[in-house]
Amino acid sequence: MARYILKRLLLALPALLGLVVLTFVLSRVVPADPAATLAGDAATPALIAEIRAQYGLDRPILEQAVIHLRQVLTGDFGRSVFSGRPVAEEILQRLPATLELTFAALFIATVLGIPLGLVAALHHNGVVDNLVRVLSVGGLAIASFWLAIMLQLVFSMELDILPLRGRVDVALGMPPRVTGFVLVDSLVAGRFDIFLDGCRHLVLPAITLSLPGLATIARFTRSGVLETLQKDFVLYARAAGYGRVRLAAIYVLRNAVTLVVTQVGLLFGALISGAVAVEAIFDWPGLGTYAVQAILSADYKALLAVTLVVGVVYAVVNVLVDVAQVVIDPRVAEEGR
Amino acid sequence: MTALRLLLRDRVAAFGGLIVLFALVVAIFAPWIAPYPDDAFESHIMQRLRPPSAEFPFGTDNLGRDILSRVILGTRNALLVAVAVVVAAMAIGVPIGLAAGWREGWLSETLMRVTDVFLAVPQLILALALGQLIAPGIGAAMVALALTYWPFFARTVFAETRRLRSALFVDALAGIGASPTRILLLHVLPNAAPAVLVRATIGMGFTILTAAILGFLGVGAAPPSPDWGLAVSEARQHLPEAWWFPTFPGLAILLLVLGFNLLGDGLRDAADPRLRRSRR
Repeated sequence: MARYILKRLLLALPALLGLVVLTFVLSRVVPADPAATLAGDAATPALIAEIRAQYGLDRPILEQAVIHLRQVLTGDFGRSVFSGRPVAEEILQRLPATLELTFAALFIATVLGIPLGLVAALHHNGVVDNLVRVLSVGGLAIASFWLAIMLQLVFSMELDILPLRGRVDVALGMPPRVTGFVLVDSLVAGRFDIFLDGCRHLVLPAITLSLPGLATIARFTRSGVLETLQKDFVLYARAAGYGRVRLAAIYVLRNAVTLVVTQVGLLFGALISGAVAVEAIFDWPGLGTYAVQAILSADYKALLAVTLVVGVVYAVVNVLVDVAQVVIDPRVAEEGR
Repeated sequence: MTALRLLLRDRVAAFGGLIVLFALVVAIFAPWIAPYPDDAFESHIMQRLRPPSAEFPFGTDNLGRDILSRVILGTRNALLVAVAVVVAAMAIGVPIGLAAGWREGWLSETLMRVTDVFLAVPQLILALALGQLIAPGIGAAMVALALTYWPFFARTVFAETRRLRSALFVDALAGIGASPTRILLLHVLPNAAPAVLVRATIGMGFTILTAAILGFLGVGAAPPSPDWGLAVSEARQHLPEAWWFPTFPGLAILLLVLGFNLLGDGLRDAADPRLRRSRR
């Protein structure tokens, strides 16, 4: 088991290293003159030269690459052109908000998606089944930013039952920071009012973000269950007199869920991408809003750092997913990759 | 042809195909179908933000332009962008997949590791970074989307080539002296075509969606383009008064992407007999 985890981690490394190289190439080669870009429109040649020396842009490209790699490995992403603060610090501060939103979305998607898929498969070609088919295709076709605006329009502007934007009410304020997760920190501080308010703020963005995941999970649970139902051991269990519910819960679901777990890893990418637009719309103070802000202010250091951090988070999630798969179904480790 | 017949028998997929066909017709004849074709560029401030009526079925936007006309004109943009991106991604990804799949060795390893790097970050994030660094605008956004989508084609073709290279007919071809280029282009590629077609169809839907997000975030199409994502973004400042402003461009995105996804699903089922059974 430990060996398998180690092997998976080692497999993720080359891609991440490649990503560092790619971001380096992007930041140094694509802009005609990075120093001029940094200096801005009102740059004098003297200022550009100064910046070039300051950032080490006057050294040979290979030396720059090594320096870049060392900086990235020590978590030094430079300073944001926009705020002047270290990018790493800003990202760390914003990461929990994005993770909280992503986890909430993943939670909704799983808690609703698995039962929906199961019921759809058990009532193959029934009403729920057709509903799930529509949902599983429609959920992936809907533009998250549009859905977010439509939900805001209905639930915040017209009905006025859920907050329009933000993470907690300004009047209440953020709870003292322990983990960075509002729902956790508010409970730690014993502030139940903030917890409830945090939940209310989370509803719309999390639902928006969960839809593609919900669609995918429901779909894969459905096809996984349908496939498992045709297996011999299910026939045997049925012949042995197991009831429908017991059969579905013990025999079928566990076998079907392996497929779903793989999807969660792939979904995480969709969730992070979706979070960019969704966060921007709900004014959610996470990495997504940070990335959008970086785009608007042409802050390429911040943008590349976000790209790298997302890549790392993505890799970690996929390793975790593979490990979870082995826990559920040990045969996976035997097959290798 | 069996595949086509199977596809038509699958009602849901045929419905998807119908949507795509409809969008194609709308895109080709957009300037003639749109009630106010000049509204792509012209503004009429006097009639801004009018609700849907007989005169303007989808209402008017913040500059008094007919939203129905702009949705129709936007279809052309959305399809052009998606086709260009998917074709470019195919042009990069298919040869890489073929080369990497044919022989094992350092070339194959290098190509697939490079592919992994591009897959290590969600597509949108990479496209945002790329698009912004090249230059904001629809051209750069398209380059960025193509540069982030090719790995999916490379993966697909790689898997197909690996599967086919040990096939008996490939051995036979090599035996009678066919060159690797000939085998790959004339025999392996046509056999991989169904998988590539499925990938391309799904890629069309995905690209339309991602391009809309880029337009929404201000990295893609720029005003006064009738881009759907851009329209939704412009509409935000006029809510809750002008509900029709974001609604119709968003529905257009939903419908077109839905069409491609349904069609892609149907094609996948038709192309892969193993999956056919589970659908019924």
